[in-house]
Amino acid sequence: MSSDLTAPVAREKTTGLHIGDAKPGVAKTDPIIIADGVRRTFGGLTAVDVEHLEIPRGAITALIGPNGAGKTTLFNLLTGFDKPDSGAWTFEGHSLSGVPAYKVARLGQVRTFQLTKALGLLTVLDNMKLGAKGQVGERFWQSLFPFLWRKQDHQIEERAFELLKKFKLDEKSDDFAASLSGGQRKLLEMARALMSEPRLVMLDEPMAGVNPALTQSLLEHILDLKDEGMTVLFVEHDMHMVRHIADWVVVMAEGRVVAEGDPISVMKNPEVVDAYLGAHQEIDLGVVTGRYPAADAGKNKASKESK
Amino acid sequence: MSAAATAELVVDIQNVVAGYLPGVDILNGCSLQARRGELIGIIGPNGAGKSTLLKSIFGQVNVRSGSITLEGRDITSLRANQLVALGVGMVPQTNNVFSTLTIEENLQMGLYQRPKAYDERLEFVTSIFAELGKRLKQRAGSLSGGERQMVAMSRALMMDPKVLLLDEPSAGLSPVRQDEAFIRVSEINKAGVTCIMVEQNARRCLQICDRGYVLDQGSDAYTGTGRELLGDPKVTELYLGTLGE
Repeated sequence: MSSDLTAPVAREKTTGLHIGDAKPGVAKTDPIIIADGVRRTFGGLTAVDVEHLEIPRGAITALIGPNGAGKTTLFNLLTGFDKPDSGAWTFEGHSLSGVPAYKVARLGQVRTFQLTKALGLLTVLDNMKLGAKGQVGERFWQSLFPFLWRKQDHQIEERAFELLKKFKLDEKSDDFAASLSGGQRKLLEMARALMSEPRLVMLDEPMAGVNPALTQSLLEHILDLKDEGMTVLFVEHDMHMVRHIADWVVVMAEGRVVAEGDPISVMKNPEVVDAYLGAHQEIDLGVVTGRYPAADAGKNKASKESK
Repeated sequence: MSAAATAELVVDIQNVVAGYLPGVDILNGCSLQARRGELIGIIGPNGAGKSTLLKSIFGQVNVRSGSITLEGRDITSLRANQLVALGVGMVPQTNNVFSTLTIEENLQMGLYQRPKAYDERLEFVTSIFAELGKRLKQRAGSLSGGERQMVAMSRALMMDPKVLLLDEPSAGLSPVRQDEAFIRVSEINKAGVTCIMVEQNARRCLQICDRGYVLDQGSDAYTGTGRELLGDPKVTELYLGTLGE
C-alpha cells in the first residue's frame, strides 16, 4: 500500500486542446462529444441550458460547479438516462439524441453514478462480468450450449480479476456487492464500467466516499486510462484531484457553462473562487470556526512546509 | 474543550460487535466515548466499519455483543424511532431524503413526533441553510446530491437532538459547501449538540473535531485530539493520504 502512496502523480498534461481563447463553448481541436443547445427543465427550474460544449478526445476533462449547477443532469442527458427538452449532441460523429442508455454504452460511452448502482444480490465478480459486452451466452439459443461461451466467459473472468486487483477488491470477489462499504461500491462501479472497454468514460464523483489514502492510486488508474487511449470526463468536488489529473476544466453554474480552461487558470478565476471554491480553501477550518487559535494553524502549516 | 473532557459521558460504546450477514462481523469490539458538548470525528479506510458504527448506535444494525448507552441508559438495539424520541438525530450517507415529498414536507417528517415546534425549528434550520428556506415547495427528488444532503441535515436538526450522528456530511458537496457544512456542524456543536461525525474528508474533519477515532478493520485503532491525529505521520500515511498537502 505504501508503494502506492509514494507513487508520483506527475505525468504530463495534454495541452493544445482548444482553438482560440479559452472561453465557454470554445472549439476543440479533436472533440469526442459536441453538444448544441441542450436544455432540460424541471417545472420552472432550468437544470441544464448549454449553448455549445465540446469535450476533447484523449484527454481528461473535469466538470465542476456548485451543487445544483446541472452537472449530473448533463451527464444523464449525454448518456441517455434522461431526455432533454431540446438540443442535439454527437459522440464520435454519431447523433445520440434520443438514443437509449444501453445503446449509448454499446457505442463505447459508459458512465458511473454519484449514488452507486451496484447489484447488491450478485457477487462482486458477477457484477463485473455483467459489464462485459458482446457476450455470446446472453443469446437464448447459444446459452443452452456452454461450449459456445465457456471460453469467452473465462476470458471475461480473467479480465474482471485483473481489474478487481487494480482496485484492491480481488479479495472481495465472492462477497455480495451489498456487503461492500460505500467507498468500495464506488470502486466496483468504476471497475465494472471499464469491463465494457469504453472509449469515453464518464465518472460522476469518483472520489466521493473513497478513502483519501486510496485516492492517489485511483488517480493513477484514471491517468492510465488516458494512456490507454480513452477519454475521461468526470464530475468532482475534490479540487486536489482536478488539479492533479485534469487537462481541461469545464465550470457549470445554474445550468450553463460559465468558464472553461486548464485547471490552474480556472481555479484562479475570481468568479469560480467566489461561487464554487470559497475563501477557506487554504485555511485551517479549526481556526475559521474559532476552535483553535490562529497561531496553532501557523504551526501546523510550518510543519507541513518543513516536510 | 477542556470542559468537554471532564463532562459526563453522553454516548458510551463498549466492545460492540455488529454486522449485516450471519457470521460476518463488520465491527469487532469497537469502543467509543462522547462527552457532553464534544465533536467526535471518525475516520478510516473504506470498509473499516465507520458507517456501520453509526448505524449500530442508531439501531439499524443488529448489535451482536457489547453495549451502547446514552446518558447512562442502555440503548443497545433500540429502534430508530425510540432513539429519535430520546434525542438522537441521524443524517444517513445516501437515500437520505423522501424524494417524492417537498423540502417542507421532508422537514415536517423530521418533526412528526413533535409537530407543534415546527415554526420555531424551521426558523433555526433555515438560519443555517438559508437556500432551503427559499425553496420549501420544491420536490426533494429534483435536488442535486449536495442539496439533498442539506435537506437531510436540516431534517435531523428539526427534533433538536442532544446527539447528532452524521454519516459523511460533506459527501457530494462542492468545496465551498463542504467548508460551510463543516462550519455549520461546528456551530451546531457549539450550540450544545454532541456530534459524532464519520468523514472521508479526514483532514477537514480532524481540523474541527475535539477528538478523533481512527477505525481499522472494525475496531478503534487510534484515538486522540483532532490536532494530535492530524500531526501523526502514521495516520497521515495510512488514512489521510499525502495528496492534500
